[in-house]
Amino acid sequence: MSDEVLTPSAPPVAPVPTAHRRPSWQRLTQRYGALAVLVVLFVYNAVQTPFFLTFQSLVNNQLRQAAPVGIVALGMALVIATGGIDLSVGSVAAIAGQLGALVLVDGSSAYLAWGAALGVALLCGLFNGVLIARYGVQPIIATLILFIAGRGIAQLITGGNLQDFDDPLFQFFGLGRTAGLPAQIGVWFLVAVGMAAVMRWTTFGRYVVAVGGNETSSRLAGVPVARTKMLVYATSAVLAGLVGLIAVGVNSSSDANNVGLGLELDAIAAVAVAGVPLTGGRMTVIGTVIGAITLKLLQNTLIAHGIPLEIAQMIEGAVILAALYVQRSER
Amino acid sequence: MAGNDVLLTMTGIHKEFNGVAALRDASFEVRPGEVHALIGQNGAGKSTLIKILTGVHDRDSGEISYDGRPVRFGSPHEAQLGGIATIYQEVNLIGYRSLAENVFLGREPKRFGLIDWRRMNDEAARILSSFGLDVDVTRPLNSYAVATQQLTAIARAVSIKAGLVIMDEPTSSLADAEVEVLFGVIRRLRADGVSVVFVSHKLDELYAICDRVTIMRDGRTIETAPMSEISRIELVTRMLGRELAEQLSHRRSTEPGELGTAVVLEAVGLRREPALEGVDLSVRAGEIVGLAGLLGSGRTETARALFGADPVDGGTITVKGRLQQLRTPRDAIRAGFGLSPEDRKTEGIVPDMSVRENLTLALLPRLTRLGVLDRRRQREIVDRFVADLGIKLADADQPIRELSGGNQQKVLLARWLCTQPDLLILDEPTRGIDVGAKREIQSLVRRLADDGLAVLLISSEVEELVADTDRVVVLRDGRSVTELAGADVEERRMLEAMATGSATEETP
Repeated sequence: MSDEVLTPSAPPVAPVPTAHRRPSWQRLTQRYGALAVLVVLFVYNAVQTPFFLTFQSLVNNQLRQAAPVGIVALGMALVIATGGIDLSVGSVAAIAGQLGALVLVDGSSAYLAWGAALGVALLCGLFNGVLIARYGVQPIIATLILFIAGRGIAQLITGGNLQDFDDPLFQFFGLGRTAGLPAQIGVWFLVAVGMAAVMRWTTFGRYVVAVGGNETSSRLAGVPVARTKMLVYATSAVLAGLVGLIAVGVNSSSDANNVGLGLELDAIAAVAVAGVPLTGGRMTVIGTVIGAITLKLLQNTLIAHGIPLEIAQMIEGAVILAALYVQRSER
Repeated sequence: MAGNDVLLTMTGIHKEFNGVAALRDASFEVRPGEVHALIGQNGAGKSTLIKILTGVHDRDSGEISYDGRPVRFGSPHEAQLGGIATIYQEVNLIGYRSLAENVFLGREPKRFGLIDWRRMNDEAARILSSFGLDVDVTRPLNSYAVATQQLTAIARAVSIKAGLVIMDEPTSSLADAEVEVLFGVIRRLRADGVSVVFVSHKLDELYAICDRVTIMRDGRTIETAPMSEISRIELVTRMLGRELAEQLSHRRSTEPGELGTAVVLEAVGLRREPALEGVDLSVRAGEIVGLAGLLGSGRTETARALFGADPVDGGTITVKGRLQQLRTPRDAIRAGFGLSPEDRKTEGIVPDMSVRENLTLALLPRLTRLGVLDRRRQREIVDRFVADLGIKLADADQPIRELSGGNQQKVLLARWLCTQPDLLILDEPTRGIDVGAKREIQSLVRRLADDGLAVLLISSEVEELVADTDRVVVLRDGRSVTELAGADVEERRMLEAMATGSATEETP
């Protein structure tokens, strides 16, 4: 109370007139910006890229390749909605993939290998969550620990060797198909639907947005802030673990150095492109899905048209910058 | 100095923020070599006045003359060059740099273009030891206690040869012994002809160190007087703007005995260093108990401690006869409490969430079955409370930040009412909202109490406490000093207790 003296001399707040909700171009670009970019890219490719409009190209290439980033981006969006960030997802994917492969190669069943992979991912998420929720470590620092150490851990699990295997059941997430669709698209779809339901129908979903929107208010209203944060980091890590299983499945081999490399940045970019403010308090499942597809399609378009990597990276940067600019106008 | 008897004159100062007047024809005058107290409630305009003087804000109109010349500083840095230094309550120095560097920051003594470390350290040590402070000036600032940091800030002011030093609540985080050291330094400054503007809410300190006092209220300068010629009760009266003659209580005349006998809350010896040093209070069902006190007396801290928002160092809380450990707001909510916090914007609303979700935030656990939210019941409850409380909105799904302050406050009240609490703690529930909404909220609270709710009402408006409460606990320096009930709940007694710590003691 007394520290109001000489802090910004808060002028009495004038009553704000209600409901000034005009559909400004800012609002529109924020809400539909990623979709617009996606449409443009789609139309461009439909005209310019041979065989783009085929099942093989659209589903087996574009969507399938977008799935890993898309799945992790959903967890990331959840974390970001609480006002946090998770840099460890790439490393966690590597750890989970390594351990899963190790358990499998050791002769255990595929189910046990999955369980081990997702279990270790969950532990990683809880580690992040404890640091952040219990000890108040800033999310970017807390998750940086596993970002750096995680890859070392992944190496240690296998002594740095590639492990090759051939087990259709274990590799189902990477190579399997259900109803003609690659399994990873199915997984992505289920995760997205599940998360949309959680956000819309459950108390936890509302707590996520409340914590990100105003942590102090939330705590005073009895929201279990620590538990909510633990859960979002745990979810993010388990989804990263799932992507680790996809990656080793696709390759029929586990590679501690490359599984999930750069995954965290792609996921954050997808969320940013979706127009979700990194300051927290908002979350969109469908937007995050569109963001991931847009990002992947953009990358693939640039590659398909022979744009040199360095130029492609600059264009990607520009798109993210544009997404952030649109958000800034909103606030 | 120019040799005259006035160092600083500010006259006819006007300042508006977004069309709302923060200062109206305010004036302020400081003489050379005096310690001048500047007091007023939150929003009285003292911080704005100081910010205009030190160049943080520009004035809309008015004149400032310092040391005989008209001035208009464009930034705190310019003001500093002009001889006016400001020391904020939260020390605004650089924690990881040494004491000496902080003293000379931006004006490091140079030799051949490089920093002359030896001279800098020697000079800083000399100034600090003249304050009676024998410390290693090469160690980082944050390795020292707050008092030392504060003295370092003052050393900085001395080293720039400031003629006027403004201290904003310099004692708020100091222990008694440290306050004495600070006062010693202030007396030295005064002896050297330096003027000090001293902002504090602690009356004892004002009387101990200040020569004159300027009282502000509602953006105006009310009075300037020598400390020795104004009594505590006069000081408080003028600061709060109460005329003792007009004594109008709209309070219903209930004798304590007639009230529901069920004691909902009983707190004994609540302590939390350094703000709370022993608060006792109790609230019965159907009763509105006011919590009165000057700024810094521990009102908000008491509310937060009761609600489990801050950990306590000692004391007991009994809820409906059962001893309770309230470690978190969740515990308090489970015990049947609700808290409407002092700062609606930063502690109350979740601005981007809808009115619907803000209203039911505390109720969510009870609207949920197996983790799934019962949206139909949520809708029913929201509709009922929006209608009952007359909350004006376009749509329950619109973000709460779009509502007016009064309507936001009603949503926050509804947030607790829908949990059917036994005790509602209201910290300044009517601050910053328009008169109409204020009346509505006041009569709503009375209605709720009549229906059996226990209410703890914190207000800095004496009038509100007199009109709306059945009993008042007065806090002073973190202690509950007096309790007034029934016909004793009147302004004079309350003001006396706030000023002197007792309702009967003779005022100086």
